[in-house]
Amino acid sequence: MMQKRTQEIAVGVFVAVGLAALVMLAIKVSNLSAFSDQDGFEVVARFENIGGLKERAPVTVAGVRIGRVKTVIYDDKSYEALVTLSIASKHNQLPEDTSASILTAGLLGEQYIALEPGGAEMMLKSGGEIKLTQSAFILEQMVGQFLFNKAAEGTGESKATEGAVP
Amino acid sequence: MIDWLQKLGHVSLALFERLGRGGLFLMRVFSAIPSLAPRPRLVIIQLYSVGVLSMMLIVISGLNVGMVLGLQGYNTLVEFGAEESLGQVVALSLVRELGPVVAALLFAGRAGSALTAEIGLMKATEQLSGMEMMAVDPMKRVIVPRFIAAVISMPLLAAMFSAMGVLGGYFVGVGLLGVDSGAFWSQMQSKVDFYEDIMNGLVKSVVFGFVAAWIAVLVGYAAVATTEGVSRATTRTVVHTAFAVLGLDFILTALMFGSV
Repeated sequence: MMQKRTQEIAVGVFVAVGLAALVMLAIKVSNLSAFSDQDGFEVVARFENIGGLKERAPVTVAGVRIGRVKTVIYDDKSYEALVTLSIASKHNQLPEDTSASILTAGLLGEQYIALEPGGAEMMLKSGGEIKLTQSAFILEQMVGQFLFNKAAEGTGESKATEGAVP
Repeated sequence: MIDWLQKLGHVSLALFERLGRGGLFLMRVFSAIPSLAPRPRLVIIQLYSVGVLSMMLIVISGLNVGMVLGLQGYNTLVEFGAEESLGQVVALSLVRELGPVVAALLFAGRAGSALTAEIGLMKATEQLSGMEMMAVDPMKRVIVPRFIAAVISMPLLAAMFSAMGVLGGYFVGVGLLGVDSGAFWSQMQSKVDFYEDIMNGLVKSVVFGFVAAWIAVLVGYAAVATTEGVSRATTRTVVHTAFAVLGLDFILTALMFGSV
């Protein structure tokens, strides 16, 4: 009788420790506690060029993550990228004229979407669209433009390109 | 030439025969599962010998693997000045790959071989035939409880392995090498996704547990009923489980993480 009891206790401990390990992985190791995709409200934004933006990239306001990129699709009609953002529903107080830009964390880091709230009275609704967008910063294009401008300066045509920002 | 073709045909027929037997055996196991409901005690006894007794091995191995990962990861990352990412490296490699795979390999060596040897010896000493004589189905009494216990234990053991590994990486990285504790956890949490990484790792360990349990009981049940046969069967369990786990791991990884 006693032996049966200790055996059952040992099995109980085993199962409890296994489940505890799983819970620890879920809460301490993964981002489950920080933000879950389930309870978000969705807004879409169109970008001319998304650079290296990936699905599930962070969406931030003032540097604080409030959501994730849910899907990135190419829109055949407007030749633009259609990005769906999933934002935590407790942060649904975003004005209608919020602007979205794709930024890079560090010089070569991953890309994310930064939202900048505007001053409109009306708030963005679920399924709404962010109208003001700014495309990703493409390093190669910038370098190319910079070199082109340098070359133009070298041949004495610097006057013509003075207005352009490298 | 004809001889060679005949040999090839023989080998492939034998392979399919074994796969077919394995499948039929699995179906018999499944059909016998409901008969276990009134006697959960049988499973608990097996959970003790399969799960509880493997726990120590898994916990210590997990801790060691995590500590080694912490040390090696630190030495590589510090060259790029990215030692803060240590938590992410340790957690991702454990949760995605090392946890399920190494736990399954250890499980095959610790519990799978024991299951095979036990069932094979029962067969060699005619205990299984004895049960049949008493109208007790050895399938329901011996095979299925062991199978179920192994399937339940494996995901729990893999989770313990990963959790202990993360703690081991933490001890080495934060305790010995001086990585910032807050950065260790926050980098980890920002890059490890619950559904993408932890759930996929769990699915892997469930699949591996299923395969390890299936191979262990099947090989034991099909063992030649002699001393030599049992020892061969025990070896075969470990080797086949290792091959199956590593092969399946590639397929599962390609399905889950391969962005095609």
